Amino acid sequence: MTTLQIQGLSVALPSGGDRAHAVCDVSLEVNHGEIVCLVGESGSGKSVIAQAVMGLLPNTLPVTGGRILLEGEDLLSASAARRRQLRGARMTMIFQEPMTALNPVMTCGAQLDEVLTAHTTLPAAERRAKALNLLREVALPDPPRMLDSYPHQLSGGQRQRIMIAMALLLEPALLIADEPTTALDVTTQAQILALIVEIQKKRGMAVLFITHDFGVVAELAHRVAVLREGRLVELAARDEVLTRPRHEYTQMLIRSVPTLKPHGRPADASAEVVLETRNLSKTYVDRRWLRPAREVHAAADVSLTLRKGQTLGIVGESGSGKSTVARCIVRLIEPSGGEIRLRGTDIAAMRPRALRPLRQRVQIVFQDPYRSLNPRRTIGEAIIEGPINFGVSRHDALQRARRLLELVRLDPGSLGRYPHQFSGGQRQRICIARALALEPDLLVADEAVSALDVSVQAQVLELLEEIRGRLNLAMLFITHDLRVAAQVCDQVAVMQAGRIVEYGAAEQVFLEPRHEYTRALFAAAPGRNFAFATA
Amino acid sequence: MRIGGATLAVLIALAVAAPWLGTVDPSLFDAASRDLTPGKAGEITTLEGETLRHTFVMGSDSFGRDIYSRVLYGTRVSLAVGLASALVALAFGVVLGLVAGYVRWLDGPLMRVMDGIMAIPAILIAIAVVALWRGSLSTVIVAIAIPEIPRVTRLVRSLVLSIREEPYVEAAVALGTPTWKIMFGHILPNTVAPLLVQGTYICAFSILVEAILSFLGVGLPPDIPTWGNIMAEGRVQFVAYPHNVFFPGIFLALTVLAVNILGDGLRDTLDPKMAKRV
Repeated sequence: MTTLQIQGLSVALPSGGDRAHAVCDVSLEVNHGEIVCLVGESGSGKSVIAQAVMGLLPNTLPVTGGRILLEGEDLLSASAARRRQLRGARMTMIFQEPMTALNPVMTCGAQLDEVLTAHTTLPAAERRAKALNLLREVALPDPPRMLDSYPHQLSGGQRQRIMIAMALLLEPALLIADEPTTALDVTTQAQILALIVEIQKKRGMAVLFITHDFGVVAELAHRVAVLREGRLVELAARDEVLTRPRHEYTQMLIRSVPTLKPHGRPADASAEVVLETRNLSKTYVDRRWLRPAREVHAAADVSLTLRKGQTLGIVGESGSGKSTVARCIVRLIEPSGGEIRLRGTDIAAMRPRALRPLRQRVQIVFQDPYRSLNPRRTIGEAIIEGPINFGVSRHDALQRARRLLELVRLDPGSLGRYPHQFSGGQRQRICIARALALEPDLLVADEAVSALDVSVQAQVLELLEEIRGRLNLAMLFITHDLRVAAQVCDQVAVMQAGRIVEYGAAEQVFLEPRHEYTRALFAAAPGRNFAFATA
Repeated sequence: MRIGGATLAVLIALAVAAPWLGTVDPSLFDAASRDLTPGKAGEITTLEGETLRHTFVMGSDSFGRDIYSRVLYGTRVSLAVGLASALVALAFGVVLGLVAGYVRWLDGPLMRVMDGIMAIPAILIAIAVVALWRGSLSTVIVAIAIPEIPRVTRLVRSLVLSIREEPYVEAAVALGTPTWKIMFGHILPNTVAPLLVQGTYICAFSILVEAILSFLGVGLPPDIPTWGNIMAEGRVQFVAYPHNVFFPGIFLALTVLAVNILGDGLRDTLDPKMAKRV
């Protein structure tokens, strides 16, 4: 039985965009009891399709053609009142960001209750019983307390469970999930995915699951639809798409997914040590009046060694302290204790004036390409800023900038352009060029590819590898993504709650993890057991 | 925004071209032409003792001065006060705000001083400043600017606090850029848009405050034609000769409205979120 039918759906983009249609002539069906994954890179129109089905499109994106049928009823010609009735009752949606999707000034119970009062005439006691039942079904601990909690009192995973419970309250036929696990840690993601699969099976719902992550697709999809620039390029059963993709775009996407196998390149154990930290720690102290101060150990006893020409990965979930370590090493924050030796010189407690000459030895690339470049400066100015600080003449610095743009495969003539004229991947290349302009010994990449689409991510990773090899750089690679770590790292340190729980050669950590937390991380990696097409 | 800008352009043109728009010296008076209603012709005596025929487009006041001339010349004073006060407040506010936002240990003391200034009504500060020194153009400008400085400081401080956490500022730190270069090269340029908007609001408010001070008799000396002064003199005879208050009042309202419309427009065009909304 078909729950959702999308027939030839087209949605226009406002004029002046890079293409005429956000979504162009897309047809797909989601059957009763089936999970269809809608996959695509950013800007492919996958969220627009979800919004069109829910009737949540902004006025600037009008539907220009096609039909959307929910259980045979045409949604596009339905009245606003009828659509409102269907939303929540027959079709429902969960979103990416569980913090902003819940109202911060209402308790979770009140928000669940609101759905029931809007759509049913149940008395208060029954509404509460129903809500409690559902919280049990989504495996939340202590449901009565959950009902009385405000969203900020819950963790990200718990909030997403509340969202799912809310979506299931009226037993809808269709659940649309728009990247519901993207903002979550990998172990939490694994739990939420398992929950969605379990509930979907139990209730026989139709699920349209939007994601950019092929690992997630491998975990739960029955069928996969691949979108590219608003057009459907492939729609087939999961195994078909993941192992024998027909369209070249799908092939390219799947090729870009890094494997979980370490690269196995031999590391030279006698190379010069560039960076050595000993018992590095960062403690935040929250001094309170008349009460004992509260201490948070963001990083504790971190000892690492990184040699020339090698890549050390720090892997961990959010809050594990991996970024804290990176920022201490770059001295963007002051370490509270321990040593940071850069080629033997301890910079951990160095005063700013003495530190300045050493700044050029360590450079950093950040996660968010949209905020890493000053919007009011040309990229040329951004790249030459460092060399000019260290006394290089403007003329020489500009020449160096041109060479660097060539190195990161951008047009050297684009020095005079502003950051907003570049895509996310291009901006990340510019950031890499800016970091390299000072000819550093150590490059710190703090989640440098995490915000990028998988195909762009593959290109930037390749570029970083090439640069590391060519310039014989030491690279400290911070990531939450085990696949990325496997692809680039020679050594891996796994961090949990501010401490290193496992540290060793990538081969050993990936193939024979010793610590249970490392094993839990691997177990949670989506699509770990799936052999993606490699050709 | 276009309407605001256009009105303001006309006002500036009127102020600049005042001598060639059929005006006479605004301080000239003639006992024979007292309290003329708008449009009446009368005579006026120049400083050399010549008596001229003159049409009083907006009437005359109780000294026999031409209101039309006084209002046009008053435009110069009002616009100058508005612009200068805004510039003074922005200049001080930007420096203090940058310091408060970037030098963490100075933040607390500095902002408490600002809170203190904000606790005193702006008009009272202005009256006190003018009372301390004699009322001159520069005193009035300073008097109006002082209570605005804390507002600008707060705005700049909050902007600095958020911008300094941006990765591009951290990247500049990692590149070894000196602190002063980061403040003026990276942070300040990114505060320009909201500052420009704030500047227009200060400008509009300053024009109003100047008129209020003059009206209360604590602003510029009465012989200088300002809208506030004209209205203050006309107040006594308001029932009999409302034009004394009416014309400068209209100009004042129009100017403040124009500047505010300009500010709203600037805010919308400079706000990246508004601009992106298609």
